[in-house]
Amino acid sequence: MNAMDTRTTTAQLYLDGISVSFDGFRALNNLSLAVEPGEMRAIIGPNGAGKTTMMDVITGKTRPDEGDAVFEGNSDLTRLDETEIARLGIGRKFQKPTVFEMHSVEDNILLALKDDRSARAALLWRESAEQSRRINTLLDTIRLTSARHRLAGSLSHGQKQWLEIGMLLAQEPKLLLVDEPVAGMTDAETHQTAELLKEINRDKTVIVVEHDMTFVRELGVKVTCLHEGSVLAEGSIDQVSANERVVEVYLGR
Amino acid sequence: MNGLLIRSLDRGATIFLVIVAAVGILVPALNLLLPPDSPFHVPTYLVALFGKYVCYALLALSIDLIWGYCGILSLGHGAFFALGGYAMGMYLMRQIGSRGVYANPILPDFMVFLNYKELPFFWYGFQSFPYALLMVVLVPGLLAFVFGWFAFRSRVTGVYLSIITQAMTFALMLGFFRNNFGFGGNNGLTDFKDILGFNVQAQGTRAALFAASCAALAIGFIICRAVVTSKFGKVLIAIRDAESRTRFLGYRVESYKLFVFTLSACMAGVAGALYVPQVGIINPGEFAPGNSIEAVIWVAVGGRGTLTGAVLGAVLVNYAKTTFTSGTLVPFWVFGVVAIAALAAVVMNVASKRDALNGAAAGLAIAFMAALLLLIPQMSASATLAPVLSNWPFLVAILFVLVAMGMSWHPWPLGAVFGALTLAFFSTPFATVALAPYWLFALGGLFVIVTLLMPRGIVGTIEYLWSERRARRDSAAAESAATVARPAE
Repeated sequence: MNAMDTRTTTAQLYLDGISVSFDGFRALNNLSLAVEPGEMRAIIGPNGAGKTTMMDVITGKTRPDEGDAVFEGNSDLTRLDETEIARLGIGRKFQKPTVFEMHSVEDNILLALKDDRSARAALLWRESAEQSRRINTLLDTIRLTSARHRLAGSLSHGQKQWLEIGMLLAQEPKLLLVDEPVAGMTDAETHQTAELLKEINRDKTVIVVEHDMTFVRELGVKVTCLHEGSVLAEGSIDQVSANERVVEVYLGR
Repeated sequence: MNGLLIRSLDRGATIFLVIVAAVGILVPALNLLLPPDSPFHVPTYLVALFGKYVCYALLALSIDLIWGYCGILSLGHGAFFALGGYAMGMYLMRQIGSRGVYANPILPDFMVFLNYKELPFFWYGFQSFPYALLMVVLVPGLLAFVFGWFAFRSRVTGVYLSIITQAMTFALMLGFFRNNFGFGGNNGLTDFKDILGFNVQAQGTRAALFAASCAALAIGFIICRAVVTSKFGKVLIAIRDAESRTRFLGYRVESYKLFVFTLSACMAGVAGALYVPQVGIINPGEFAPGNSIEAVIWVAVGGRGTLTGAVLGAVLVNYAKTTFTSGTLVPFWVFGVVAIAALAAVVMNVASKRDALNGAAAGLAIAFMAALLLLIPQMSASATLAPVLSNWPFLVAILFVLVAMGMSWHPWPLGAVFGALTLAFFSTPFATVALAPYWLFALGGLFVIVTLLMPRGIVGTIEYLWSERRARRDSAAAESAATVARPAE
């Protein structure tokens, strides 16, 4: 089907024939996906379609039974663990906001900030002027400057989502995986998040998993619909939402 | 380096260090400089006893570092403590020389007794104090490193890790019990004569060992503070609260855990090494799983994740253990601590719910207790009631516990039943010789009470109440500032 050699692909992220089974249940079934550098891709699909499992495979949380996952044409993601993949420049925002609740907002950003991650560096670490400037900018971007000393655990749901996006930005990844960023957000917040993601997409590749179709439409990017662990349809939002199978399994009449 | 010290020593930490330094200087000074008949004289046996507490405090500190800050619940830290102790014990054994019962200049008594022909290779070098000191740190550190390397790489966490640490200390205990293991088997190492040429029993040596223990505690505390206030410490807390999230940020979680676990084991080893010359014996019993669990309870009682709490917990619980099991009178203060814990729980419970029923119940309870306090002195004049009522702080403490249990537990009858059981237990004869066998029950009960009513521990609860108060004051100040500002608009 795809004649391209995995070693010479131009894609930022290239998944080919990925299958994952849990106790006989096929979460991913021969899934193939290519995301070009600088692209923003929206992934939709009903519950259990394999969206989160796909994210787990890309970030090294789950090892696929078969198939290739290649990052930037030279890194085989199926052989690396979470830490190594994160260090390659793949950042992930979880479906349920996971911030460090017992740390202040500022410290959450600090922990995510791109820096030497070794234990030795952390022991000897001192904040540089450059880093504190960067933290200030990020806090401004996610509108949490006034809450910088508050514990992350005391933030509202929407604020936690934003903090997590801020942490993702602080990592300066090349590829961002964003799982349901607007779940539980108000319409205004959803709109702001879409703007923020578009902003981020100017110099980074982004993959967004989302159920909220208005949000996906607002992003205005190529959409991939997953169903039962493989790609059901791919194309613009209009093409995909016009697809009969997509309507049948996901969108409803 | 200067910046590091300033960062790690906030006000609380400085106060703590001043207290440790003061105790480390005062206790030996009061022992050595004052005549024995002076009311301020500290007897030598107490110096050794307090020295033991200080060693336990260092052990508790090492546990708090990994449990409170990194979420590694080690139920085998007693093993590292005992290994450090054995390393020191081996040095002390070699110092006996020909003064032993069998007068063998090389072989310790137990080896002669067990027909050893020559010194086992692992006993080489222990006649040298610097070598022994190195081993005190190296042996526990190496074991922790190897153990941790396998455990953390395989991502063994939570209760599974606790179980294998427990298995580790148990296996070591069985090994050390064997005569052919080469460490004195059942009897362990004892009959120590001198350390660095000074008699271990001498008053001056005891005082010096006590001061050394305090110094070790202070240094250990500074190291822990430096670790937990660095970015490394922030990563540790991140691992404790959301381990996989920390991995997805690109941190190599196992390296962090391995470093802190090894550091903690080295500290436990030093604690053990200081403990052995002060108690005069080390035997395989120190590896008993119960010891490690007891140490975890000290940390839980004092408040984990606070460092100072671990030290406080170790000293309080061990002081309780001494009074409880040594035949002096019933230690009222244990009940006092329990009562304060219970009362704090009640107050917090009421404060957090602001529920009318709870408020009324608390009011009634407090009124009842106040009435009791007023009545007791009069009732105690009656001859039959006097012996019981002269123990009124004890009774009041129990009432506190009962009320707290009943109010904080849902369903409340469960709390009342538990409270009644506590009452029945503590009503057993007042002479503590009779209470001694129940020490472990009391300890277990204390742990249950702390876990249920005061999960933050003593220091943790105080810190929490303090920060709550400050937050309330801040918001009140902001509010009044707003009301002042409004008319001007």
